[in-house]
Amino acid sequence: MQSETIQKDLQVTAHLDEARRQLDICNACRYCEGYCSVFPAVHSSRSFATGDLNQLANLCHNCRGCYYACQYTAPHEFQINLPKALAEVRQDSWEEFAFPQAAARMFQRSGVVLAIATVIGLALLIGALKWLGSAGGEGFYASLSHNMMVAIFAPAFLFPLFSLGVSVKRYWQATGGGSVRTKDIVDALQSVFQMKNLAGGHGDGCNFEDEDRFTRARQMAHQLIMYGFLLCFAATSVGTLMHYFFNMPAPYPLFSLPKLLGVPGGIMLTFGTVWMASLKLKADKELGDVSAWGGEMAFILLLGFVAFSGLLLYVLGTTALMPSMLAIHLGAVLAFFLLTPYSKMAHGFYRLASLVRDAKRKNDLQQQ
Amino acid sequence: MNKHVDVLIIGGGNAALCAAMTAAEAGAKVFILESAPKAYRGGNSRHTRNFRCMHSEPLSVLVDSYSEEEYFADLMKVTDGKTDEHLARLAIRSSEECLPWMQEHGVRFQPSLSGTLSLARTNAFFMGGGKSLVNAYYRTAQKLGVEVLYDAPVSHVEVNGDAVTWVDYEHKGQTQRVHPKAVIVASGGFQADTDWLARAWGPAAKNFLIRGTPYNRGVVLADLLEQGVQSVGDPTQCHAVAIDGRAPKFDGGIVTRLDCVPFSVVVNKDAQRFYDEGEDVWPKRYAIWGRLVAAQPDQVGYVVIDAKSLELFMPSVFPPIKADSIEELATKMGLPADKLRETVDNFNAACGDDKNFHPTELDGVSTTGISPAKTNWARPINQAPYYGYSLRTGVTFTYLGLKVDENAQCSNSNGPIKNLWAAGETMAGSILGQGYLAGYGMTIGTVFGRIAGREAAKHAK
Repeated sequence: MQSETIQKDLQVTAHLDEARRQLDICNACRYCEGYCSVFPAVHSSRSFATGDLNQLANLCHNCRGCYYACQYTAPHEFQINLPKALAEVRQDSWEEFAFPQAAARMFQRSGVVLAIATVIGLALLIGALKWLGSAGGEGFYASLSHNMMVAIFAPAFLFPLFSLGVSVKRYWQATGGGSVRTKDIVDALQSVFQMKNLAGGHGDGCNFEDEDRFTRARQMAHQLIMYGFLLCFAATSVGTLMHYFFNMPAPYPLFSLPKLLGVPGGIMLTFGTVWMASLKLKADKELGDVSAWGGEMAFILLLGFVAFSGLLLYVLGTTALMPSMLAIHLGAVLAFFLLTPYSKMAHGFYRLASLVRDAKRKNDLQQQ
Repeated sequence: MNKHVDVLIIGGGNAALCAAMTAAEAGAKVFILESAPKAYRGGNSRHTRNFRCMHSEPLSVLVDSYSEEEYFADLMKVTDGKTDEHLARLAIRSSEECLPWMQEHGVRFQPSLSGTLSLARTNAFFMGGGKSLVNAYYRTAQKLGVEVLYDAPVSHVEVNGDAVTWVDYEHKGQTQRVHPKAVIVASGGFQADTDWLARAWGPAAKNFLIRGTPYNRGVVLADLLEQGVQSVGDPTQCHAVAIDGRAPKFDGGIVTRLDCVPFSVVVNKDAQRFYDEGEDVWPKRYAIWGRLVAAQPDQVGYVVIDAKSLELFMPSVFPPIKADSIEELATKMGLPADKLRETVDNFNAACGDDKNFHPTELDGVSTTGISPAKTNWARPINQAPYYGYSLRTGVTFTYLGLKVDENAQCSNSNGPIKNLWAAGETMAGSILGQGYLAGYGMTIGTVFGRIAGREAAKHAK
């Protein structure tokens, strides 16, 4: 164990040194300044401490524009591959800031382990249905009582939130965040909602699935996933409110808020994840952290599976398949929630933090 | 081999691609022979960053206006009047319509880079730099049906009387022959052939670094000149600047520049100063320093600054050599320590009142009583730690090229060669006799590339 930790530390240091070496070259060149938020942040500094590197790595959205534009990529002796160097630092940072760290080390990179965790989630839910059963509710609750669902899902939702809170706080401290203005947050959210950092600076998008060709495919697939997820999340939140405050338990008809939000959300999420997975298959693995590819892909598929099983559950809600579908869907949701701080899902939180940090840097400059 | 080619283009950089796209749009079957492998395609255009452009009102990322007269005056200043006015004005005047054309063909511009504000009005920067421009042009050219072969250096262009009859090139170890209707040469200068450079300049050139592509070896240029195609430009001259002495022999590009000379003392390997480091702002002096360093023993110079100047210039690609004393710095740089101490002491003693020091303008803070004097930014080198860089001569391009007329057409003693044109660096000597104006190489390449493409396609019909 001891030597494993030392080896891990050595690898983290090697990744930081490599990123620093490349950024010194970028800082003397500056040709990529217009592509994204990373380069203006790089050019505002002459040397890069570990916290700076973590910030730059999380600010990088891996659009790869800089790689294909670079006159110093291999076979040139400078061997620039900034998307990869920053992806490696980014991946290390997520494992470093996670709470507990061991969980992130287990799930971030391995698709197999993530798949096993999902199967365990499914098994638990099927077991719960089989052994706990219902206390005589209706609809879905005929299979698993509402109270039992809450007993399982409340902790499974709250713990990841707590864990992510710890991680973001660690991130903020490491990158020297300090106090935040409302404007910093508004600027960062604007960047997220438009996915500016995947637009290439000129709006033509990024270089992902077809070498140096600019397309908006990845930007759009990402936004389908993000907005689909937010709609599904809103549907669940609205459902919870309706249940507790308006005494309107599920299932809900099509023309109800939870369904009007959830069904389009589920469709967007399903299509978005399939699209993203297909783009990822075409993209050059060597421009990212190769060791994390499996974990990332498994996460996309899990997210897609959550959405697709949710849609199926809606379609099959009145048939005899419902109880099995319910177990499968809730099991996937359970795995997804619990893995959120330790899977690619965590990137959203770090990314948002880095965008707030960068907005703060820019707004600080403007105030001077 | 009976490959049907209307327009054969030799070279794969900006001028070649502009010619290819223009000819293809005019309906010609175009074939590009690029000597470099795909990863190194694009010649020196890979290393460029902007396009100098005339404009009468704000245009794309360019602010205000930049008139033909001002542009031409800027050119005359750097070339000391050694300029073909007719062709220079043609390039300048055409540049304005080129910018939107470049955008239509995939180029994206960005505002002037940090540290280059002085160019925001005159030079449109390529988003991502020259390689991204090259990438965009290859994509567009291929969409237009242009065929591209990489790793295909041309070995011979057969000129017979007033026409090119065939072209030989090497590919996968075999010589291939094509009989195109028209040929455009856009294969750059000869600076990467260091033997040729040494013959032209003298043996010192062996110590020069080549800032750009190792593939500009001037093979086609030499072949055509031998067959009596008319040349232009001083065969002994190249454009060179002073760069970081640790730069790679080839292809170091933009990052190897060093902007610290105005805040330094520069010595040769004997630890002796040899020129006024503060004569003018660096962008106006780096070319002179390329020649100055070339004239020193072993063609090397050493820059010494102290702690107070470290952050006054753009970061260097490699970290400076750092030491706590002048003697230690001298040892680390391989200079005689006592001599460097003496030179720095003499310099420091000659420095006077420096409270008017201003890093970005000519501040008149000068030395008194030493030779050579330092006439601006003269502050004593006395605050540890001390930092050092070596300086070497970095060659950007050569002036010798093919003489062309306003249609980019080449000629020999019998008059115009009816199916041979040239564009880009290989004919830039037709316009620029000496010196260089930032972003003008891309202007020449774009303007004359388009002219050559148009004329060649017209001929091939």
